[in-house]
Amino acid sequence: MTFWQDPYAAAVEWLRNLLIGWGLTVEAAQLILYLAGGIVLAGGSLALVIFLIWAERKIIGRVQDRLGPNRVGPWGIFQTFADILKIFTKEYITPNGVDRVPYNLAPVLAVAAVIMIWAVVPFTVTLYGADLSVGLIYVMAVGAIGEMGIVMAGWGSNNKFALLGAFRAVAQMVSYEIPMVIALLIPVMMAGSLSLGAITASQAVWNILIAPLAALIFFITSVAEVGRAPFDLVEAESELVAGFNIEYSGLKFGFFFVGDFLHAFTIAMLFTVFFLGGWRGPFVDQVPILGAVYFFIKTSLVYLVNILMRAALPRFRIDQMMDFNWKYLTPLSLSVLVVTALADKLTLGLSAWVRIPVFLGLNGLLFLAASVMVNRRAINRPRAEVVSRPRPLARPETAVQPETNGGVS
Amino acid sequence: MSTAQILFLIFSAVVVAAAVMVVLSRRIMRAALWLVLALFGVALIFALLDASFFAVVQVLVYVGAIATLLIFAIMLTRGVMDDSKAQLNRGWPFALLVCLGLFGGLVYILSQWNRFNSAAPALPQDAYDLTLFGLALTSPDGYLVAFEAASVLLLAAMVGAIYLALEKRGN
Repeated sequence: MTFWQDPYAAAVEWLRNLLIGWGLTVEAAQLILYLAGGIVLAGGSLALVIFLIWAERKIIGRVQDRLGPNRVGPWGIFQTFADILKIFTKEYITPNGVDRVPYNLAPVLAVAAVIMIWAVVPFTVTLYGADLSVGLIYVMAVGAIGEMGIVMAGWGSNNKFALLGAFRAVAQMVSYEIPMVIALLIPVMMAGSLSLGAITASQAVWNILIAPLAALIFFITSVAEVGRAPFDLVEAESELVAGFNIEYSGLKFGFFFVGDFLHAFTIAMLFTVFFLGGWRGPFVDQVPILGAVYFFIKTSLVYLVNILMRAALPRFRIDQMMDFNWKYLTPLSLSVLVVTALADKLTLGLSAWVRIPVFLGLNGLLFLAASVMVNRRAINRPRAEVVSRPRPLARPETAVQPETNGGVS
Repeated sequence: MSTAQILFLIFSAVVVAAAVMVVLSRRIMRAALWLVLALFGVALIFALLDASFFAVVQVLVYVGAIATLLIFAIMLTRGVMDDSKAQLNRGWPFALLVCLGLFGGLVYILSQWNRFNSAAPALPQDAYDLTLFGLALTSPDGYLVAFEAASVLLLAAMVGAIYLALEKRGN
């Protein structure tokens, strides 16, 4: 394996030999390499956020027929640095009566929970943090830490609106986790392993061809998990006055947004790993580093769809969001799981040219059946008009009339 | 002392301290957050034992599900958020009795065990194979009955939750 085929493995080997050459034991060298890897991974992902924020603002600007950031640097590429400097100089306001430890820990947890996912993502055959045999459960468990961060933010802020926002956010995340996990069972079933590396390696045929419905469910639920449009009730600044983060200011507030942007990119990476074959592509066996290129191209495409969705779709109401999850996605994901498991066992041993059309056809049938059922139900359902209660003082006839005699009776 | 032993002492100190704080905190919400820390420490001890599956499941189930549920229950129960009430209720002697019984039992069992100074045995090669774990849960020679009983228990809990949450027709 030469340097040009796999610079990462070559660099690690060089560094290990250098450290051992300095007189360190093998274990100490390994420990230093782990530490360095962790720092590079965390630092690299945070540096990526700077670019992601710029790209997202630029793309959404173009979608909405604006220019987007265009003043700082060529194409406004340094706009984010200006924003970062601004947010660094802002004052930290700590409201009265906050519970200090949860209040200050929450933004850290929100970002850490996302970066921890990066530890198990295989970028190429050799470039990964750790190939855990329980990688998928780890990803879900780490998501739980993010939820804990939101609960801490909502409760620690000593503000009932922050608390309500945290309720809303956590209810959304906990609910959408269910169809997400069920949909992810299909890649696990196909690979026979929970490890993200093994799931990638098993996809000689990309899982999106075998389980397009599961891919769709995972995509939708992961967007809901991040809380982006159309599921951005978590912080609907235009109508619900933000959410769990209203009492935060300066960099602490910025941290939640860093976590948000990074999480959006991370779910695109996870989609690539589970459904688009991760690093797999032509010539990747000879030149492993090409895998990283394929990986980031695929991830960027998924991320682009994510951004376009954010730019185009209006926001759900909370009852619509919950209905969609519990009455549509959850039953659909359960039936997809059962049907795919049966089809997988029944077509065992047949060639891919038979299996894939069978899987695609079954997925299409399921999708048709689900949409017919939903449409029928949606058409027949008596629809309550959603209006606010009449407010006695706001009607013209009950308005207080100015007194004609200047208040003298 | 090996690295593993030092790490074990640190993690267990965190777990014990957090567990004590669960009992001593005046605000029940803080007690819940300390409980999260204690459960997380247990996950770290699992990780130290190379039981990665149990470490991850510990975080997923206890931190992700049970602690979140607990915090929701606390937040939705009226009047438990203030710290002006007494920390003990009338049942405390019974709780103390049960705790002392449990603690005494554990101490008794550990005092019967005489291998404190022996090194941990090396794990077999297939110790990390999750397939074996899955087969043990579903094979009749393994833990099939316990596994199914747990499933029935969860099903009963779900039916109960739906019954409680269901709006009564007609009133």
